[in-house]
Amino acid sequence: MLHPAFVSRLRSLLPPHCVLNEREDLMPFESDGLAAYRNTPDVVVLPEDESQVAAVLQLCHAEKVAVVARGAGTGLAAGALPVDGAVLLVLAKLNRIKAIDPLARTAVVEPGVRNLAISEAVAPHNLYYAPDPSSQIACSIGGNVAENSGGVHCLKYGLTVHNILKLRALTIAGELLEIGSDALDAPGYDLLALMTGSEGMLAVITEITVKLLPRPQRAQVVLAAFDDVAKAGAAVGNIIAAGVVPAGLEMMDRLAIQAAEAFVHAGYPDCEALLLCEVDGVNEEVSADIYTVHQVLEASGAVEIRTADSEEQRLRFWAGRKAAFPAVGRLSPDYYCMDGTIPRAQLPHVLKRISEMSAECGLAVANVFHAGDGNLHPLILFDANQPGELAKAESFGGKILELCVEVGGTITGEHGVGLEKIRQMCVQFATPELVRFHDVKAAFDPDTLLNPGKAVPELHRCAEWGAMHVHGGQLPHPELPRF
Amino acid sequence: MLDTLIERIRAAHDSHTPLIIEGGGSKTFYGNPDEGEVLSTRKFTGVIDYQPKELVLTARAGTPLADIEALLAEQGQMLAFEPPHFGGAATLGGSIAAGLSGPRRPYAGAARDFVLGVRMIDGIGQPLRFGGQVIKNVAGYDVSRLMVGALGTLGLITEVSLKVLPKPAAETTLQFELDEAAAILKMNQWAGQPLPLSATSWHAGLLTVRLSGAASAVHAAHARLGGEALQDASAFWQRLRDQATPFFDKRPLWRLAVKPTTPPMKRGDAQWIEWGGAVRWLASDLSAATLREAAKTAGGHASLFRGDLLPTPLPHAGEGANVMPNAINDGAFAPLAPALATLHRALKQRFDPRGIFNRGRMYPDF
Repeated sequence: MLHPAFVSRLRSLLPPHCVLNEREDLMPFESDGLAAYRNTPDVVVLPEDESQVAAVLQLCHAEKVAVVARGAGTGLAAGALPVDGAVLLVLAKLNRIKAIDPLARTAVVEPGVRNLAISEAVAPHNLYYAPDPSSQIACSIGGNVAENSGGVHCLKYGLTVHNILKLRALTIAGELLEIGSDALDAPGYDLLALMTGSEGMLAVITEITVKLLPRPQRAQVVLAAFDDVAKAGAAVGNIIAAGVVPAGLEMMDRLAIQAAEAFVHAGYPDCEALLLCEVDGVNEEVSADIYTVHQVLEASGAVEIRTADSEEQRLRFWAGRKAAFPAVGRLSPDYYCMDGTIPRAQLPHVLKRISEMSAECGLAVANVFHAGDGNLHPLILFDANQPGELAKAESFGGKILELCVEVGGTITGEHGVGLEKIRQMCVQFATPELVRFHDVKAAFDPDTLLNPGKAVPELHRCAEWGAMHVHGGQLPHPELPRF
Repeated sequence: MLDTLIERIRAAHDSHTPLIIEGGGSKTFYGNPDEGEVLSTRKFTGVIDYQPKELVLTARAGTPLADIEALLAEQGQMLAFEPPHFGGAATLGGSIAAGLSGPRRPYAGAARDFVLGVRMIDGIGQPLRFGGQVIKNVAGYDVSRLMVGALGTLGLITEVSLKVLPKPAAETTLQFELDEAAAILKMNQWAGQPLPLSATSWHAGLLTVRLSGAASAVHAAHARLGGEALQDASAFWQRLRDQATPFFDKRPLWRLAVKPTTPPMKRGDAQWIEWGGAVRWLASDLSAATLREAAKTAGGHASLFRGDLLPTPLPHAGEGANVMPNAINDGAFAPLAPALATLHRALKQRFDPRGIFNRGRMYPDF
């Protein structure tokens, strides 16, 4: 619990409405998008500009009080979960678009600006900001940088790290860092990459210069139905081998298709697996690609292929996929969304194992897959009101992530580690690698005050959790006692 | 072979012996002079895994770029960042450590954008693995991208996984006679339109633009933009990529990375513009301070790309009054602001506590 005197000092730094510590005011901040993890913050501050952020950080640094930065609170890994005795630093009020340079194709924005608001603001110039996480209506660009967010289009257009040029950020000591440049690179180490996806552990971002792209002339989507998941998986590889880099390439399994169909009536065929392949770009390029995609899908054994011939139909094809999560939510009181990435060739094997594990633990799974980039989102159906089911779902989810690592993939493609996947970090990384992560953290934040306990596990925790990373034939952490 | 490298590094750590990491030796000119025993990766070669359908290739650091590109070409794929070979036997490891990219960079991405994972050995001889072989991966800090352009100062890269891309079906290169200001404007305007641009260059009154994509798309863009089609265009871009034209023989050769819309620097034939205006190569005798200031004002930074540097910098020689208390001494690369310099030193200290790797190569004080 923070000392009242400390809270008074916070109040002296910010306008009265920018510091919250009444219980009813704190409730909305007790979780991020992963509502299974809750903790009421001690105090919430909502600074309105960079200098106020700096003042808060300087005070916290001087008093050795921890700080958890939070954007729009849409994260899915409990990365912005309040920590006891810490200040929750909400950046939502830093929400100005400071400059748009249409000729240089950049925009300078504050971290609280919503992802979609950037594309809306630059639309008159026929430009847009490419990364489009599904929460883009609500999620903030600062959070996108913290998580290195992707979206449906990242196979072709990249993740956040590929679409930003420059950051202003404050260290925990309140010192300003200007990282990156208005050119295409900067001298020294690539701290822009290091900051992107660092989950609020290294510094607090106060300004972002994003890259903008010309809006594609045309986008067209092809829907293909398969009677076998493995065939659909193979078709994905075949499309890419044919030289097409689709703007979006999504796959759903039977349960996800049925749920989506029941919810939004997108007109999806009754099948085992559905692929949506969108190509975009210059008009002629799209025509050429659509032709190729059609040929490949046919040769790959699709039982039905439809090409959207109007914008309305294109949106209808997408409607089912975009509504997949809430649609699955209708099938079950609760669902738990996982976020592993696998080499695409492993898809049939991974889906088979997931279905076996599903049968073993008695919880159903719907699979939604960013097939183009191998990012799998199994949705585990459960009922939190049934004693033990949440724990069962979490344990099942953990096993899925461990399976992703086993086949050469990763425990998180785009949601981040946060608190949710911190145990699986012990599976993915060996001790010396985790040590280096702590070293990186220490270079920026030697007192471990920024978002403590998230993203990178303490080594002794890995030993306690018993996650066994077998590295080079040896058990991990031989130096640590086992209980 | 990996064990030999590890042993060598452990021994160097124990004896505080500086090492110079060397691949094909094609970029020895780049950065500040370093000192130490040569640690060669030349024998550590081979493509470990290449899955065209996954768009992923993994190879050992010493593998020649040319071998990798030939293998990719067999499957109609390429390294989209178009890494320079500089006429030598450039290796994968050296290309990633230097972090340099070629003409396609502004339109397809830089070396760092295509790195999915690395295996490396740190300064105490520990083999480490960061990232992986999948396109989306946000577990842990992005140490693999941190290694790109670190000039080997944080560790020896032993293996790299890269995202690769299909080669465009067709390419056409167009030329336009335009003055510098008009060329810079065109490069920026076109980049904001849906055109299949894949490279741009301006030198001596001639704007050269490459279009890549489906034949029909390239044809339509040509019809729209006009210009003269350049014969033997691939040789033109390769020479630019590798700096194999007489312009690049000039010394000192400065690289000014700037905001692409930066107005003309009016250096006549002593200038070559690339990357849609974002890189200005200058053959210039202007002082480092003048060029650094000009680049900084233009939102970027200036590096002495090719030219003579003092073998070892004299600490604070003469210019004490201008040196920021924590600033890294001047050298090939633009000095860092004090807060960033402190972070650099802290990272270097953690990854290579005894400073054995490429001492002085990036910044004179580490």
